[in-house]
Amino acid sequence: MKKWTSFALILILVVSVLSGCASTEAPVATEEPAATEEPAVTEEPAVEPVTVKYMTFSAAPDHIADLEAMIAAFEKENPGIKVDYETVGWDDYFTKLQTQVASKTEADTFELNYENFVTYASKNALYDMDALMAKDTAFDPSVFNETALNAFQLDGKQYGLVESFSNVVMFYNKDLFDAAGVAYPDPSWTWQDELAAAQKLTDADAGVWGTFAPIQFWEFYKTIEQNGGKIFNEDKTEVLIDSKENVETLTWMIDKINKYNVTPNDAKMSGQSDGDMFKAGKIAMLRSGIWMFGSFADADFNWDIALEPGNTQKAHHFFSNGVAISKNTKNPDAAWEWVKFYTSSQEAAEIRVASSWELPALTDETLLAAYLEQSPPESREVVFEALNTLVVPPVIESWNELTDIVGQELEQAKLGQKTPEKALQDAKVALEQLIQ
Amino acid sequence: MVGFNKWTKAKTLAIFLLPSLLGMTVFVILPIISSLGLSFTKWDLIGEIKWVGMANYSRVIKDPNIHGALLHTLQFIAGYLPSVMIISLGVAMLLNQKLKGVVFFRALYFIPVITSWVAVSMIWKWLLNPEYGIVNYLLSLIGIAGPGWLVDADWAMIGVILTSVWKDIGFITVIYLAGLQEIPGHLYEAAAIDGVNGWQKFRHITWPMLSSTTFFVVTISLINSFQVFDQVWVMTEGGPAGATSVMVQQIYLNAFRYYKMGYASAISWVLFIIIFAFTFAQNRMQKKWGYSDE
Repeated sequence: MKKWTSFALILILVVSVLSGCASTEAPVATEEPAATEEPAVTEEPAVEPVTVKYMTFSAAPDHIADLEAMIAAFEKENPGIKVDYETVGWDDYFTKLQTQVASKTEADTFELNYENFVTYASKNALYDMDALMAKDTAFDPSVFNETALNAFQLDGKQYGLVESFSNVVMFYNKDLFDAAGVAYPDPSWTWQDELAAAQKLTDADAGVWGTFAPIQFWEFYKTIEQNGGKIFNEDKTEVLIDSKENVETLTWMIDKINKYNVTPNDAKMSGQSDGDMFKAGKIAMLRSGIWMFGSFADADFNWDIALEPGNTQKAHHFFSNGVAISKNTKNPDAAWEWVKFYTSSQEAAEIRVASSWELPALTDETLLAAYLEQSPPESREVVFEALNTLVVPPVIESWNELTDIVGQELEQAKLGQKTPEKALQDAKVALEQLIQ
Repeated sequence: MVGFNKWTKAKTLAIFLLPSLLGMTVFVILPIISSLGLSFTKWDLIGEIKWVGMANYSRVIKDPNIHGALLHTLQFIAGYLPSVMIISLGVAMLLNQKLKGVVFFRALYFIPVITSWVAVSMIWKWLLNPEYGIVNYLLSLIGIAGPGWLVDADWAMIGVILTSVWKDIGFITVIYLAGLQEIPGHLYEAAAIDGVNGWQKFRHITWPMLSSTTFFVVTISLINSFQVFDQVWVMTEGGPAGATSVMVQQIYLNAFRYYKMGYASAISWVLFIIIFAFTFAQNRMQKKWGYSDE
């Protein structure tokens, strides 16, 4: 009896200690590259393959198969290099990356969006690609869109290659427009035209809302530009968030909910996302990202996209992802080959375009032609037209704090706890401390 | 011989304790010590650790976000603590009766306790949904237009408190139940002979005899509710407009969203001091006024 008790006790201890250790290592979703490659052609002596690790947030959940196809194509071309990928959800990605970089256990190559790229590059965590680029005679930087590639530079040095871009346009439900007898949005539309249409489209009894734009930081920094406003001055030394134009813009954003009743409030939305509501035919006009194309493709009504209406000028979001090499990598050359292939090769770009996994930032016209041919939406060219009036995020090093501070003030204004003036003045005070 | 025996006993004990002691040292004790050190520094995990002295602490004292979070935490405690205690005591007294199926009910009340906080929060988020939630539907049946609950800044904390009380009733009930069963039956018999009524029985026998149980319940709940986080994070993320932001959330945000390890450590230590002060004061009060049968 006693023996059994002590045995059980030991077992419990061991298990608890083991599980304690195990939980420190987060589950890793790496997948071994598919089986063995074709029998190696034995012209050269077989080299031990080098493994390059890649961490991504944009592949899961919809594009894992596409990523695997790209890896397979890469490994076929580069038999000496294997790629191990790991996907992490967007919400946890940067917390995980930061911790890994701190403990020098990060992947050789990892994805960074433009906003966070600045943070990591300025903290000196990324590999300077200039030498790799100079050494690689086969590499031609002109295959990339120049603006997009230069976004991944810091102080004139290349710390990442641009992988993809996306933007936000206005989606509209054609069937609702037809039913209400309203003309479809065209590029000449302003906020006033949008409002007039939204008022006709809104049908409170049917739970149909004319227009929707979220009230949060990202929407705000773009919408103020549609009214000639800015968050910071050019070199980000001065906070301009409480300007007259910006107060006017925020008032407009909130009025659509509270004054004109053409946009649902939080209680009316009840936890549904704007995308879900659009897809359910409950929102006639929605400002949303082109990453929704896939999800909306099987909507049971006709829809299309248009340029966003502005007030004094047009402005559209521009988001970009890039891939960087870790400063601590042991195989910079292999890592470079993978990053180059993944961001700019014909094969990878074709896979990306075919599945609408955002858009490759490449200059190749034939690729873009393939993108434009797809439908819905019919007016895909709008995606490129929007780039003429693009707004990049007002990135500063304390980016997350910036988004939280402004986000909270906007919400207080939305809930009527503060006037738009007061909310933006308070945001200004907090932001001034942040950029000091 | 006795000495030898003691030595063997200590050795056995040490061997048994070693595994969990090791784990505790690495994952609890060392981090606690290093967080104290870090609280005097500025560190973003990647860069160098810079010594800043008391700067983090003086910032904690001035930071309006921390003031807000502390206020909301105290609001939570003020709503949660009395409700969970009164309801649990009531449930415990009911479950202490000789009823049919009482064991079944005891188990039933305990189910929320063993359910994960994330699951509970998700379910309640749905129950409290202003348009489609069952709570507002039931309210509408008796002619009440339900509030926006979690999307309404004035009601969100009440929603969080409601959920927390619901989840913790089972745990506190079990403690009270144990306390009730400790009360010797002869006290009630004597009272019955003296002809006291139900309220007097409760007021002069049950409640005083439960005082050490109550002390335990208050201590445990107070410490736990100062650290309220999971339900808030899942249900509201501190919103709407920061109306439910709490202390631990500020620690989390500063550490893992803003990468200010030093500042986050300082907030943790301030929270520790607050909890310690409350518990200490409560301990003193218990000694002064409490009834104890020891």
